This record gives sequence, structure tokens and C-alpha cells, in this order.
Amino acid sequence: MNFDDTPQEAEFRATARAWIGANAPKQYEEELRKSSLGRTVLKNANILEVAKAWQKKKADAGWACLHWPKEYGGRGSSPIERVIWQQEEGPFGQLSRMFIIGHGMCGPTMMAFAREEHKRTYLPPLASGEKVWCQLFSEPAGGSDVAGLRTRAEKDGDDWIINGQKIWTSGAHYSDYGILLTRTDPTVPKHKGLTMFFLDMKSPGVEVRPIKQASGASDFNEVYFTNVRIPDHQRLGEVGDGWNVSLTTLMNERSAIGAAVSTGFPELFEYCSSLMLDDGPAIEDRAVRSKLANWAVKASGLKYTSMRAISALSKGERPGPENSIGKLVAGSMIQDVATYALDLQGAAGVVSGEDAELAGRFQAMLLRAPGTRVEGGTDEIMRNIIAERVLGLPGDIRVDKDVPFNKIPTKGR
Amino acid sequence: MNFDFSDDQKQLRDQARKFLAEKCSPKAVRVVLDGKAPYDKELWKGLAEMGFLGVAIPEEFGGAGAGHLELCVIAEEMGRANAPVPFSSTVYLAAEALLIAGSDAQKKKWLPAIAAGEAIGTLALFEGKGNPSPKNVKLTAANGVLNGVKKPVADGAIADLAVVAARTGSGGRENDISLFLVDLKAGGVEVKSLTNLDPTRGQAELTFKDCKAELLGAAGEGWSILTQVLDRAAVLCAFEQVGGSDRALEMGRDYALDRIAFGRQIGSFQAVKHMLADMYVSATLARSNSYYGAWALSTNAAELPEAAAAARISATQAFQHCAKNNIQVHGGMGFTWEFDCHMYYRRANAMALGLGSLSYWEDQLIDRMRKKNAA
Repeated sequence: MNFDDTPQEAEFRATARAWIGANAPKQYEEELRKSSLGRTVLKNANILEVAKAWQKKKADAGWACLHWPKEYGGRGSSPIERVIWQQEEGPFGQLSRMFIIGHGMCGPTMMAFAREEHKRTYLPPLASGEKVWCQLFSEPAGGSDVAGLRTRAEKDGDDWIINGQKIWTSGAHYSDYGILLTRTDPTVPKHKGLTMFFLDMKSPGVEVRPIKQASGASDFNEVYFTNVRIPDHQRLGEVGDGWNVSLTTLMNERSAIGAAVSTGFPELFEYCSSLMLDDGPAIEDRAVRSKLANWAVKASGLKYTSMRAISALSKGERPGPENSIGKLVAGSMIQDVATYALDLQGAAGVVSGEDAELAGRFQAMLLRAPGTRVEGGTDEIMRNIIAERVLGLPGDIRVDKDVPFNKIPTKGR
Repeated sequence: MNFDFSDDQKQLRDQARKFLAEKCSPKAVRVVLDGKAPYDKELWKGLAEMGFLGVAIPEEFGGAGAGHLELCVIAEEMGRANAPVPFSSTVYLAAEALLIAGSDAQKKKWLPAIAAGEAIGTLALFEGKGNPSPKNVKLTAANGVLNGVKKPVADGAIADLAVVAARTGSGGRENDISLFLVDLKAGGVEVKSLTNLDPTRGQAELTFKDCKAELLGAAGEGWSILTQVLDRAAVLCAFEQVGGSDRALEMGRDYALDRIAFGRQIGSFQAVKHMLADMYVSATLARSNSYYGAWALSTNAAELPEAAAAARISATQAFQHCAKNNIQVHGGMGFTWEFDCHMYYRRANAMALGLGSLSYWEDQLIDRMRKKNAA
């Protein structure tokens, strides 16, 4: 048992570290290091531009999308090399956030289902960050129940005509392309009538409207489709096989290994280490220490769970199901951590923004936190996944499974 | 990176699991649970024959000379089987104290006997309520004899050897404490068995009256040795707790699959599924923290104090959580003596206290994290 690199891993790490040291935009390092949930901002620069420039620089030197094949803009690296890169990239990895959906979900789906000429055309600029992609699955009527979506695609000659609405689309407002899950046959049960496409987000009839979140910020959008035309050659997979195609996409979403999940613990520990309460230093208060200890072991538990998965990759094995706990644990933990940090501030905790303690770091965290328990699979869906796929418990009883989609009730009362 | 046990260590775990499945069935555990024997002597003998008791004891002292990682995988299986033997007292506490601080003669006298299953050892630290602290050690040592009362002492009624914490200085500071070795069969100690939460592991009160004892380690070094022993034992116990957590989770899962209510497997209800998913989460966090503890223990890393405390807290919480909710999944049947659920509930809650309670280890963890950050 050890944490050491193999000689090849050590060599790769040294090469990556040297390149990052020489090329990363160090002027932003401090700000990126201090960013936390709900607050990744650069004071004197547009973060999207900085992110795109860093991605392009990486791509030109062969450091973009490491695990992708070279012909599509990647490096053909092993999974463990990708993890080592992420470790070395450190705070600059924050700049990859706007590409996560494209690189983690759209790219792999295109690789699995697009025509060869499309892969060669679209994937390299996606890898280099010159083009940004989004994923158009969720709808007002289909969140956790994605297969309940209602956006229609109807065949018209060699084209498909799209009408409907998507929601919670991250980054749609700066995306160039998207992958789109539609209903092509409402007369069959819901999973059977879906078809996947990719499209140009600048197509006529696509309208992007930012959602103002409960936190006040706008990271997501509604996307409306009014008679949008998509040529049939941009279909991904067979007509009616969209559900299976989407499983490829979602599997990639949940298999990100080694990506650090944000728990809020390091921020809280640092805060408590210097905070003075009425009776003395917070860190010497029994109640504070007990809370900290409980979160400390969750944070370290997640860290070492990730290390176990990385070790499996290092040995060329498939990681076990342990990693599925990450989002579930971190999501509710960061919410609790933020709540407690404000509790420690007393009445002053109510002040947010620049005038608040630590310029409102924990207030921003608190307001952004509910989203982490919903996006990418709600806590409840994550528990179902663990119960069914890891523990082998029965799937939920699905009363709409064999019912034609257009016969499923649409209102509870 | 290879943050995992080796293939040989995993094979040893499988071997231990197979051995215990055969020799330590719930039926065998119940003989001790029902008070018909103080511990499972046959199993103890078998563990010695398998080389498990001395797995981390060097060959020159009669052990297998393997190491702590090997001991960790065996500990996990001991916890899974809820083994009714004085394994943790003897192997994690007494043997480790001897390995850390024993003279050559002391090691030669006791370690081969422990490895062979001929001597049961324990640590006599607590004196009534309270957590590990030099202030709480009142038993005195003077002129080579001990006077005072220790309770609870795990496996104290069946032990041959006790490592005893005694006050040799005038105050309650760390350097006022020394450790002593006492041959419990040599007289001078009154032993009284205590009823306790977990009848599969005995607890006793030991009264020392002018009891002859020999120093273990240097005078005044007792607390520092004890801290090391407790850290090691925290990691090893964490593996037992991880094994117990996994078993309790499996029992709950299996019952949820078998049991039909309202016309369906109860494991198809989200309320039950989610409870089991949360148990899996706790058990996984505990396992990962314990692996880190195992790494620190086996490499004698500077991180051991922090890693041990984290493993201790995480594994204690997981075992309590899994054992408690295993009963809940079983419903009324889980609350019968006949079903095995309560054995794990008892063990989980007894283990949560044995090396000091959660609040003590929480405090320790934060102290140790602060020390690391300051360094």
C-alpha cells in the first residue's frame, strides 16, 4: 500500500508539471485558489475568455482532453494520466468548468454515435475550447424522469423539425453546439420513442433565455425551439434509440474520477482556525470541534475513496462503485457547512456580498448549495442508483413503463 | 499509486473469512452470548494455529512476522464474524504495547505465548467514567507494587496479562504516568466480572492490592506509549468496525430482498432503499478512512495520529449507523433475541466506547489537525 507513482506515472507527472509551470496563467492562480462554490470570479478579467485561452494553449501543446484519441484533438492518454493531469493542473482546473459538459458528455456521445466525418469536423474544436457545447436533456416535465420529455422532432424530408422547450441547460448562452434529446414517437412507451441529435445553437428558431436562479446568479438557461430544422445526418443513433444513446452520455457524467468534489470543509476549517467567538477561539470550542471533526472525516473519507478509485485506474482495473457516493455526500455537506459558518457569525451572518465576513464567501455558498443536491442527479436519484446498482435492490415500480407516452397523465390534480 | 491491499493480503483476508465462516458461525457466537462460556476457546486455539494471533509479531518472538496490513485484513474479518474472543485486547493492545515499549526479556516472555494462544492480554486504563486522560489515572505505583481499581477492563476476567496505567508522579500530568506489566495469575488482583452491553466480549473490574508489577518502558513515559498504543488500536479496531458495518449492511440488504409486505419486496420501497444506500455511504467512507489509517500504521508515518483519529471516528459512526438501521430494516424481528441483528448493535455500541468515546476522538482529531497545520 502506497501513494507513490509508478516510474511511468512519475515521468508523466514531471512533464505535465513542467509544462503547466511554464504556461499556466499564474496571474489568476490566487483568485482561482480562493474560489469556492457559488463564487468563481476574476476581478479584472472575463473568466470565459481566460478559460478559452487556457484551453487553446493546452490543445496546441497536446494537453487538451487527454483521454480522447489524438485524431479527435486528444492525447490518447490512459485514465490514470488524465487524473495526474488534473492533480497537477490544480486551481487552473477551475477554468475547465465551462467545458465539462462538452468534454465529459457531448464529446463521448459524439464519439460513440456520430458519423466519422462529423467526428473529425466537430471534435477537435470542441477539445480546444474554440467551440463550446451544451447538453439539452432536461425539460420542465422531465427532470429526474428525463424520459418524460416532450420536445417533438418530426420528419420533414431529409430534415427534422423541432418544437419544444428545454430547461437547466448549463452554458447554453455561450454554447456553439448542443446534443438534443427529442420525442419522435409519442404513441409508444416513453423510453422507446426518443431520438438524439446534435445541432448548431445558432440555428434559426433557437432561443436561449437565462434562468435567474434562487441564488440570484444565472448559470443555466431555458432553451426554446420553434420550428428548428436539423438535418437527418446530425442524428445520433437510430430513430427511437435515443434513450440508449442518452445513457452513454449520462454514464460519462457520473464516471468522472479524480475530479475534486467541493465539500466546503477546507474553507470552514481555515475559517474556524482564526475565528474568535465571545468565549475565545472557535477552534477551542467543544461544540465547534465536534462539528469540524464530523465533517473532517467525511471530507477525508471522500478523498481516500477517490484515491482507491485512482489506484484501480493505475493498475489498469475498472474502479468499483465506491465513487458513486461523492456527489451525494458532498452536496448536502456543503450546504450544512455553509449554514454552520453563518451560525458562527451570529446576526452578522445575514449580511452577504462584499460587506460580509470573508466578502460573503459562505453566504454565496449557502445560496448556491441547494443546486448541488439537484443538478446531475438529485440526492434521491443518487440513492436509488446506489441501492439498485451497487446493493442490487429492486428498481422502483414504474407505472408508466408500458403505457403509450401520449396516454400518460400530465397533471396530478 | 497503489492505495489498496496487495493480492497476497487480499488472499489472506479471503482465507480468514473462510476460516471464520466455518469456525465462528452465529450459532457459535451465541454460546458466548448466552453466557455458556466466557469466550470461544476452540476458536482462539484455531486462530493461533492459523497464525492470526501473531501475524504482526516478529518471527524472533514467535510470530509470523508479516505486518500491520496483514493484521488489518484479519481484523476486518474478525469484525464481520463478530468473533467472541479477546482478539483486540490481546493483539491490538497488549501485544502492541509490548512491541512498542517492552524489554527484550518482556517480549520473549509474553509475545510467543500470545502468538501461540497461550496468553490472553489486555490493557487496564480506565477507572470508572471518563475518557483517556492522565488526570483520570489514580491507581498508584510505588516500590514495585500497584494499588487501585481499574474498570472497565475488556476481557479482564479471562486475561493472563495486563498492561496497567499507573500514577508514578505526584500530579495528573502526562509524565506522571507509567505503564506496568502485571501477571494476573500471580496474585494481588481481585477480579470481578461486569455485565455489559456486549456479552460476547467480557468486561471486568480489577482491584490491585499491593500487586507486584514490572515497569513497561521508562518511568514517566507511560502516557506517550499509551497514546501510540491507542492510535494503533484505533486503526485496527476501525477495521473490525468496517467488517461489522459491511455485515450489518448485507444482513439488511438480504432481508429487504426476502421480505414481502404490501405485496412487494420491502427493498423496493424508497424509504428502505434509501436507508440502505445511506448505510453503504457510511460504510464506504469508513473503509476509505481506515485504509488511510492502515497506510499510516504500516509505514509508521507522521500522519498516524491524525489518520488513526479519523479512522476511529468514521468507522465508529459507520458501525453504529449500519447496526442500528439493520434492525430498523428487519422491523419487529430485528428486535428479537433470536435474530442476529442485536449482536452487531451490541458490538457496535460497545466498540464505540472501548478506546475512548467519539467525543474524545473528535477532540483528538482537531488537536492533531491543528498540530499538522502549525508544523
